[in-house]
Amino acid sequence: MAKKEYSFYPGCSSQKGASSSNYLNSVNTMCEELDITLNHIPDWNCCSASIGYAGGGELPRLALSARNIALSEEHNPGQEIVATCAACWLATRESSERLNEDNSLMAEANEALAEAGLKLKNETPIKHMVEVLIEDLGYEEIGSKVKKPLEGIKIAGYVGCQTNRPFGIAGESFENPKYLDKLVETMGADPVENYDKKVQCCGGALAFSEPDKSQNMIKGIIEAAYDGGADMIVTPCPVCQMNVEVYQDQINATHGTKFKMPVVYYSTLMSVAYGRSAKDSALDGQVIPAKQLQEIADK
Amino acid sequence: MTELNAAMVERYRSNFLKEVEANVEEGEWVKMCMQCGVCAGSCPLGNAWEHTPQKIFMMVRAGEREAVLNSDAMWMCTSCYNCIARCPRGLPITHIMHGLAHYAKRMGLAPKEQPTAKFAQLFWDNLVKKGRVNELKLGISLYFMNGFSEGIKTSLKMKDIGLGMLKTKRMSPMEMLGGHGVKDSAGFQKMLKKAQELEDKRISGSTD
Ligand code: SF4
Ligand code: SF4
Repeated sequence: MAKKEYSFYPGCSSQKGASSSNYLNSVNTMCEELDITLNHIPDWNCCSASIGYAGGGELPRLALSARNIALSEEHNPGQEIVATCAACWLATRESSERLNEDNSLMAEANEALAEAGLKLKNETPIKHMVEVLIEDLGYEEIGSKVKKPLEGIKIAGYVGCQTNRPFGIAGESFENPKYLDKLVETMGADPVENYDKKVQCCGGALAFSEPDKSQNMIKGIIEAAYDGGADMIVTPCPVCQMNVEVYQDQINATHGTKFKMPVVYYSTLMSVAYGRSAKDSALDGQVIPAKQLQEIADK
Repeated sequence: MTELNAAMVERYRSNFLKEVEANVEEGEWVKMCMQCGVCAGSCPLGNAWEHTPQKIFMMVRAGEREAVLNSDAMWMCTSCYNCIARCPRGLPITHIMHGLAHYAKRMGLAPKEQPTAKFAQLFWDNLVKKGRVNELKLGISLYFMNGFSEGIKTSLKMKDIGLGMLKTKRMSPMEMLGGHGVKDSAGFQKMLKKAQELEDKRISGSTD
């Protein structure tokens, strides 16, 4: 297959020493195996996610994403933008669409960008990495690289909110998207059938400001995975990954549960299945170790 | 009452719908709501809300300005997009809720001790400083947003999570000293300043 190239927007939480730096590490490994080149957008800025709205009004927030798209168009011309973070993808794609629909906002965004010597053409498609895998490459292609099938591991595919709504993956439903289950199968593992918290919200940024309410929802997400016999949860979203993994001790203390459920990225699963080391697959980034993956990687 | 708020009350008198249409992000959609209630059953934190989106849109049309802008409802939105995926009229509900939250804040009417209102502001202040979010500083300001002794308590409660993140290199103490940021800081700041100016002009200068 021909080598693929994208203009890459890693986002704040993927930076070195940040909460989903393990996501980026495993994405890099996965892309090496799939012969995908990610050209970083030089000097990208934060997209303001879905929580910037208190201080940031419409135009300042649009300007943030407009700057990233303009930088991409200038430095990586002709390349589609790909993001790994659900919030980055959503904010960038929404901004691009809003600016395309509204000429006066577009003119104002360009007036603001001109202050930084930039100009937005806004002709670039904005994709999530999962779209690249499933729509651009396809299951057959991503399955063809499997060297160590993840046999005997049962995995709950937790899709969450923002990789699913409002855009989602082509051909999938909002209420019961199947792509993560198919991906799990493609890697040789067993998906949990009918995982009923698959698209349940984890609280997003409100896990910080409303911890008790959010942890109640997270509890349901983990419980349903245990009920389905899952050994681990897989997710495409850094907010979901962090929220579902790191609060388990607090939830155990509050609710008397005994959760110890590993939560991994699809890119970690894939890197292990592609035969890469535990380190390359970013298994050292698990706060709750994914022992079965570790064993396969060490074999 | 802030000056801008007084000016808006004066300009729009009893027509709050018109004010929302002119000044709130995606506000022109509110009148399209047919009060079917689908969104009301969609919010994950719905049981914790004072008002559902459906109710908020009804109140906007009824001119209940204070009650809408004082509501904690918009600050309970997790941005899950359930409502947008389901609304039969295609309203961009999430964005209207964010827009109303932002407008309430601008008018000085957002509920004072609302934790998400505080956190969301901290997030924005953090990101505009250097162009990228500094998670460590954001976390620390979050823990201390309710004062020093509360902050110590929260920090202790969060200590084990912090250690887990540190061990797995998903948190770095180096972030305290500078940390990540955009290189073209001057251009970035000028761009945001311009965007803010244009936005301010849109709101204070808009006429019916
Ligand atoms: S789902 Fe749409 S039309 Fe129905 S009440 Fe909510 S906003 Fe109105
Ligand atoms: S996006 Fe916000 S308003 Fe819409 S359903 Fe989710 S929490 Fe409710």
